[in-house]
Amino acid sequence: MGMTVVEKILARATGQAQVRVGDVVEPAVDLAMSHENAALVINQFQEIFEGTGLEPTVWDPSKIAIIFDHRVPAESSKTATNQKRIRDFVAAQGISKFHDVRADQGGICHQILPEYGYVRPGYVVVGTDSHTTSHGAVGAFAFGLGATEMAAVWALGKVLNVEVPATIKVVANGSFGQWVSPKDLILYLIGKISAEGANFRVLEYHGSAIRNMPVSGRLTVSNMSMEAGATAGIIPADEETELYLRREAGVTDDLDVVQPDADAVYEQVVEIDVAELGPQIAKPHTVDNVCGVGEVEGLKVQQIVIGSCTNGRLDDLEIAARLLRGKTVAKGTRMLVFPASWKIYKQALRSGVLADLADAGAVIMNSGCGCCLGVHQGALGDGEVALATTNRNFKGRMGNPKGEVYLCSPATAAASAVTGVITDPRKVGA
Amino acid sequence: MAKVVFKLGDDISTDIIYPGRFMATVLPTETPQYAFADEVEINAKLKSGEIEPGSCIVAAKNFGCGSSREQAASCLKGYDLIVVANNFSRIFLQNSINLGLRTVIAPGLEAAEGDELEFLGDKIVNETSGKEFTIEPLPAARQAIVDAGGLIPYARQKLAEMRTLPPGVAHSR
Repeated sequence: MGMTVVEKILARATGQAQVRVGDVVEPAVDLAMSHENAALVINQFQEIFEGTGLEPTVWDPSKIAIIFDHRVPAESSKTATNQKRIRDFVAAQGISKFHDVRADQGGICHQILPEYGYVRPGYVVVGTDSHTTSHGAVGAFAFGLGATEMAAVWALGKVLNVEVPATIKVVANGSFGQWVSPKDLILYLIGKISAEGANFRVLEYHGSAIRNMPVSGRLTVSNMSMEAGATAGIIPADEETELYLRREAGVTDDLDVVQPDADAVYEQVVEIDVAELGPQIAKPHTVDNVCGVGEVEGLKVQQIVIGSCTNGRLDDLEIAARLLRGKTVAKGTRMLVFPASWKIYKQALRSGVLADLADAGAVIMNSGCGCCLGVHQGALGDGEVALATTNRNFKGRMGNPKGEVYLCSPATAAASAVTGVITDPRKVGA
Repeated sequence: MAKVVFKLGDDISTDIIYPGRFMATVLPTETPQYAFADEVEINAKLKSGEIEPGSCIVAAKNFGCGSSREQAASCLKGYDLIVVANNFSRIFLQNSINLGLRTVIAPGLEAAEGDELEFLGDKIVNETSGKEFTIEPLPAARQAIVDAGGLIPYARQKLAEMRTLPPGVAHSR
């Protein structure tokens, strides 16, 4: 019987010829990522060793990555103290893939991992962040887990008791219309299959729309697969993956370009023609509350946000700059831009994209998670509406349960910044 | 017997259970104060001390969707609550099992606030309405962690198997 991509990766990671859906396996981990919540992982890690007489040392310091991104620079003494504890732990354990609050190496964890080539096709990647699904974009089996489970990974080098998940095949064919993007595709898919439609399952992406998509857009699709509940959102590696890892990340090693078998078994197949798609919006307060932009056009917006691990990459910022060049952010609306990494920040700085955005009135923020999860700048006031390229619109998400968050693509966000109301980018863009 | 103290709907996210702005607080002794912090009535009732340990939260589908923050499980464990839902989001369910927060999957459960539930192996009896509902067993991979008393003791056993222990040190549970 044929295997899906994730089944093949799990078979390799457990030294077996074959795994089947429902098998319980303990896959070896190729990369284990944490951010500031490593502070909790450290506590749990030390507790595992308590009473064993063993020195609490991590299984392999070269396979652990820690990136500060959720609250950079620290917004409170509590966070600063957590970050200090993590720095001390990183130094004591010899963890080399550490990205501190620095403009020569910092950024959002889900951008840093591919940018530095820490994630590869065929890898088993775990992260104490639900959007670890992002790394499916380069063909890795990447999934989120909690701090205690990560502590066990740090101790043992494997994930305990993983059930081989069933896979849903998503086939996206066709060409995107102008100002329609991978974000619109993934929002549409989540709306179609619901916020729990892929719970305990893997989404495996195929079709010409995926093949023609740069890794940047694939990261958006894999990232938000989580919002359909998916354990992972994987895009089998191809020439584009290899090109990205070699050119952008400087990877020189051989790559294990894992492909699904022709007779792989899928629980379900979902087909989408992206040529039929217009700009999509996820309305408050669930990500599957999706509609076409027309349904909410004209709604007044107080805060526009472009950024996050979902849509803070260079091409996202460039789209925004194209729509805003020579125009200004509407009166009564504020626009915040969070580049996903400092590398992207500096590329956009040097190319003039940031200047164009700032000239239009956008505030260029520090690279990091920013206001996406309501912990670090950019909170909403009571009754305010945000239109954001981020990944969640849950009640309270942007720091205020009395605010509302609508999700969209960078083009829709930028077009709406100009008008101050939710706007179809096809009506603003040339 | 467990009393239903809160009846909640679909898609209760971890942002509702434990808002992001409290994520720098990590100790299980400190997280319970922020449970449902933005749902002021729930938070106040929890903090009032009037809820008996072993009481139930009953929710509909996809409880715990969203972030992997473990505080969402530890804050409820601090009140020794049982969470009964039609189904759970994967990461929240795993975190709950890892930390020993009791979670019960009951796809067709009907219960209202104030009802008394009896858990009998593979079924729930709603003593108030007299109706019975099926409990979906935990996947085998997760039951092993529950049986070990949580992921920390379970991982400690595995660690002892994998790394050579110094002489004279017994395997610790």
